[in-house]
Amino acid sequence: MYSFDIKKADSVAAAAALITQTGGRPLAGGQSLVAAMKLRLAQPGTLVDLAGIAELKGIRRDGNALVIGAMTRHAEVAASAEVRAAIPALAALAEGIGDRQVRNMGTLGGSLANNDPAACYPAGALGLGATIHTSQRTIAADDFFKGLYETALGDGELVTRVSFPIPAKAAYVKFVQPASRFALVGVFVAQTSGGVRVAVTGAGSSVFRAKAIEDALTKSFTAEAAKAVKMAASGLNSDLHGSAEYRAHLIPVLAARAVATIA
Amino acid sequence: MGANDSGPIGQAVRRREDQRFLTGAGQYTNDVVMAREACAYFLRSPHAHARIRSIDSKDAKAAPGVVAIYTGEDLVGVNGLPCGWLITGTDGKPMNEPPHPVLAKGKVRHVGDPVVMIVAETLNQAKDAAELVVVDYEVLPSVVNVVDALKPGAPQLHDEAPGNRCYTWALGDQAAVDAAFAKAHHVAKVDIVNNRLVPNAIEPRAALASYSRADESYTLYVTSQNPHVERLLMTAFVLGLPETKVRVIAPDVGGGFGSKIYLYAEETAMMWASKHVNRPLRWVAERSESFISDAHGRDHVTHAEMAVDKDGKFLALRVTTTANVGAYLSTFASCIPTILYATLLAGQYATPAIHCEVTAVFTNTVPVDAYRGAGRPEATYVVERVANQVGVDLGIAQDEVRRRNFIRTFPYVTPVALTYDTGNYDATLDEAMRLADVAGFAVRKAEAAKRGKLRGLGYSSYIEACGLAPSNIAGALGARAGLYEAGQVRVNPTGGVTVFTGSHSHGQGHETTFAQVVAGRLGIDIASVEIVHGDTGRIPFGMGTYGSRSLAVGGTAIVKALDKIVAKGKKIAAHLLEAAEADIEFADGKFTVAGTDRSKAFGEVALAAYVPHNYPLDKLEPGLDETAFYDPTNFTYPAGTHICEVEIDPETGVTEVVAFAACDDFGNIINPMIVEGQVHGGLAQGIGQALLEQCVYDRSSGQLVSGSFMDYAMPRADDLPSFKVGTKVTPCTHNPLGAKGCGEAGAIGSPPALINAVLDALASVGVKDIQMPASPHRVWQAIQAAKAGTAAAA
Amino acid sequence: MSIPLSLTVNGKTVTADVDARTLLVDFLRNDLALTGTHVGCDTAQCGACTVLVDGRAIKSCNVLAAQVSGARITTIEGLAAADGTLHPMQAAFKECHGLQCGFCTPGMVLSALDLVAHHPHADERTIREALEGNFCRCTGYQNIVKAVQMGAATMSK
Repeated sequence: MYSFDIKKADSVAAAAALITQTGGRPLAGGQSLVAAMKLRLAQPGTLVDLAGIAELKGIRRDGNALVIGAMTRHAEVAASAEVRAAIPALAALAEGIGDRQVRNMGTLGGSLANNDPAACYPAGALGLGATIHTSQRTIAADDFFKGLYETALGDGELVTRVSFPIPAKAAYVKFVQPASRFALVGVFVAQTSGGVRVAVTGAGSSVFRAKAIEDALTKSFTAEAAKAVKMAASGLNSDLHGSAEYRAHLIPVLAARAVATIA
Repeated sequence: MGANDSGPIGQAVRRREDQRFLTGAGQYTNDVVMAREACAYFLRSPHAHARIRSIDSKDAKAAPGVVAIYTGEDLVGVNGLPCGWLITGTDGKPMNEPPHPVLAKGKVRHVGDPVVMIVAETLNQAKDAAELVVVDYEVLPSVVNVVDALKPGAPQLHDEAPGNRCYTWALGDQAAVDAAFAKAHHVAKVDIVNNRLVPNAIEPRAALASYSRADESYTLYVTSQNPHVERLLMTAFVLGLPETKVRVIAPDVGGGFGSKIYLYAEETAMMWASKHVNRPLRWVAERSESFISDAHGRDHVTHAEMAVDKDGKFLALRVTTTANVGAYLSTFASCIPTILYATLLAGQYATPAIHCEVTAVFTNTVPVDAYRGAGRPEATYVVERVANQVGVDLGIAQDEVRRRNFIRTFPYVTPVALTYDTGNYDATLDEAMRLADVAGFAVRKAEAAKRGKLRGLGYSSYIEACGLAPSNIAGALGARAGLYEAGQVRVNPTGGVTVFTGSHSHGQGHETTFAQVVAGRLGIDIASVEIVHGDTGRIPFGMGTYGSRSLAVGGTAIVKALDKIVAKGKKIAAHLLEAAEADIEFADGKFTVAGTDRSKAFGEVALAAYVPHNYPLDKLEPGLDETAFYDPTNFTYPAGTHICEVEIDPETGVTEVVAFAACDDFGNIINPMIVEGQVHGGLAQGIGQALLEQCVYDRSSGQLVSGSFMDYAMPRADDLPSFKVGTKVTPCTHNPLGAKGCGEAGAIGSPPALINAVLDALASVGVKDIQMPASPHRVWQAIQAAKAGTAAAA
Repeated sequence: MSIPLSLTVNGKTVTADVDARTLLVDFLRNDLALTGTHVGCDTAQCGACTVLVDGRAIKSCNVLAAQVSGARITTIEGLAAADGTLHPMQAAFKECHGLQCGFCTPGMVLSALDLVAHHPHADERTIREALEGNFCRCTGYQNIVKAVQMGAATMSK
């Protein structure tokens, strides 16, 4: 690791100020950031540790939405009775992130802000049409994920909480990349008040909505309808674990499996 | 087994080493601490192939905390790393053996080739300094696979190896094979790739090298499977030091699987440098460094053909293999695809004629050497894939095609230079079929089909040559060292027994198994037996642990030393009991005058040896401490049958191993619990090879694509089923323990069983071939290709 | 940059000033000589470095010591009784031959404890899935799974 300083913040305002002052980076669970720093792939001069900020934690029901604090750990979401009752698909998604130890450290806010192209939470947020609350504003999930490891967050802007509208039905099916156990392809399907939403992770440079499958499922919310959709391979990721064609094939297959669990 | 065997032999004694491992008290190389340590860090080539124009380390030398910086040119008097086995080619010439510098000289030949050693106070300082070293590279075209490397005009790695050839070597009677093919009813053919693997012991390689000015000696703690071999190679071949001045200690070692047999560049450079900086030097590989610096395994491309008669009887086997040895010859690289490979191509079958030609090729990749099984998994994969193909082609059931060809008369001389001493292949096949519930397979397959899944069953009847090795045979085949083992048994005055063994335990449980042998043979409490290994300063000599040799060879050396102890003990007892030596019998820890109740306990005899007040000093030395070297007269031949059952989701290509049965014949078993554990571990590695693991280089850049656990799929608990394992015993005929070895069988037998099962499952959708690993992507592609083929044909 | 650290390790309070970049595993191994916690990879996958932080299993090679200041840490050295009597989970690993080279073992045992805390009666499948974050290259996992089951059963008595 390169040398750096670490500062602890006890409020969102203090954290944002520290980050602006130092040009530093926020440290949530650190499961991606510390790993990158160890490999000397990231070189922050200052880390601002968010772990002590009480207002970033917790899970609560707010009307027809679940509101989850940015520093809520994956294991907490997975185990939460509130989440399991309201959006079981989100609890299941959290239960499938990384492994037990990673889930005990990694956080919702950290995952969304990192926007790893193969991460699970972006699919959940986009699939449910979540609203991301930051230290400065609110951003619709549809506007949040901008590209490979890129989000709408500005410098010094922190995710504070995420509001997930409770869907009529939702399911997430993750097809794991056998080595990393990230999503080779992950598909989140939800019947929301705004219609059917299908979000895909792992397949592209960033999470995206599969409009063709959404349209098909709007007409007929059945596994057969999802599976009948042909996805184009162009623009999809290709690596030693799967060609773009394979990923394109998996998207409707996984969407159909998701639908099959809830239709 | 003799009359002296009793007590713990054959029992599932719980391991004595576990207490320290379970409480965090194990002492691995990186747990050893010395005063005034500095850190070593290796700056490695980022390129697959490049000429080094210049290295500028001026700024780096001035960086904070830097103690010293060395390049290949600085290592004056340091020779290249040696290869321990000379292969003579079909042209009668010795193999091409280009230099393997400890730090690169003039050129780098693979990503990860060490170029500069930086010594600094802390690792962070060493890494900071490394970023200031400027290496000016002229990047050259690279070649990473054997097919490309043999093409005319391919990039040339070494001037000493024209066409990138190391050797072309052959074994067997080509004329006899040609004749058999000419009259064959059918020829079954397979084209197979044995995928390159990364060993990935969970403990990364590490070293702590120090120098003492007081007696001009060196001490090296290192993650090694064979510290004496490490010392021998390092002193005699590379550094030109007397062995008497070097102590190599391999303390607790966290797994090896072959990758810790070899003499590596890092510890060699550190030994040399520890004197120059007069400080102990520590280096621990980071995992990403392990991927590009630990010797890899396998990497063969093979075409094989089996000629058969109308009944499926094997008439002749013809095999052509191209083996990737990587950028340089690692310590035993040359003998793996030859001596440990082609000699096993008879398998369990009475194939009358076999011919194999092997071409070994240099490429811009990490050196390839032995990895669990070493040559024998590659041979088994060839034999069992082609045997499977015979069954498929002729419509003969897979167990039946094997039975029609089994060897049943022993000793059996194969057409590929080995003599099998004993075996019972029907017994292991029968038991494996029972464990696998082959009879119920059709019902399970039909049930799976109802769920849209494809079930398949695959067989593999393997054999291996273990217990390496008769030194005279090995020497005639090119070995540059002996392959015996040493054991010393020191009976202490109060009867406790310290055993010094040249075998090395890095997970195998020798501290328990060997103690069982000693306690059983001497009829004493196992708690009074201490096993010492892994230290050239304490152990007379040793060749180390690999090739499933520890019990068969290392254990036998201990038995031979025990025999000497008992023989001397009889002399002492005869004196104490005032009887003739010939009348003394030893059993159950007592020396008894035959036919009487007059006896002396083992402990009394030991005490008399060390307190020789009433002792035949005129005829016998005091003390009870004996050493034996044991050189085996033959290899041992563990064998068995593995049966794998898979279920494939044709929609996604996912293969699940739903059941795996293995029945093995390891000869006599000392500790069945440990043997079963060895089988489990081997199976996991073999299944890993067939299902998950693949080391992939980018063909144009030569970069290692699967360079971390993010891309190299290690088998996890949920990738594997619970194995059903069993054993059958035909004792080895030529060592006193009757033991054959069990460490590698799982990794040898399982890959073809799994792939044959996948092919069986996919037969119904028209897939005829698949390469390892049978990843979801690859299975899906095979299904698509078969569908397209069917469509095109229709 | 030096930062103050105060935490409880195996029941003992520890205070130190460490470089900000000190990983928890390095603090445990180098400053406290608790060398039972091992490092097997650099991408937070192998799990050899697993310790318990406030009862939760985490990978100490991927967490800064500063991140856990104030926490209660349990390492493999903190499980057995003072007289050397093994914790039931340790004893189960020995009884079931759930270890060979021993390098992954400390992390495996601590992961198992986190698992058992959440799933005291886990079946084989659940155990296999829950050990996803721990690699073992020696055992093929079968005896580890058996050991976790036995350890869980003993602990629930």
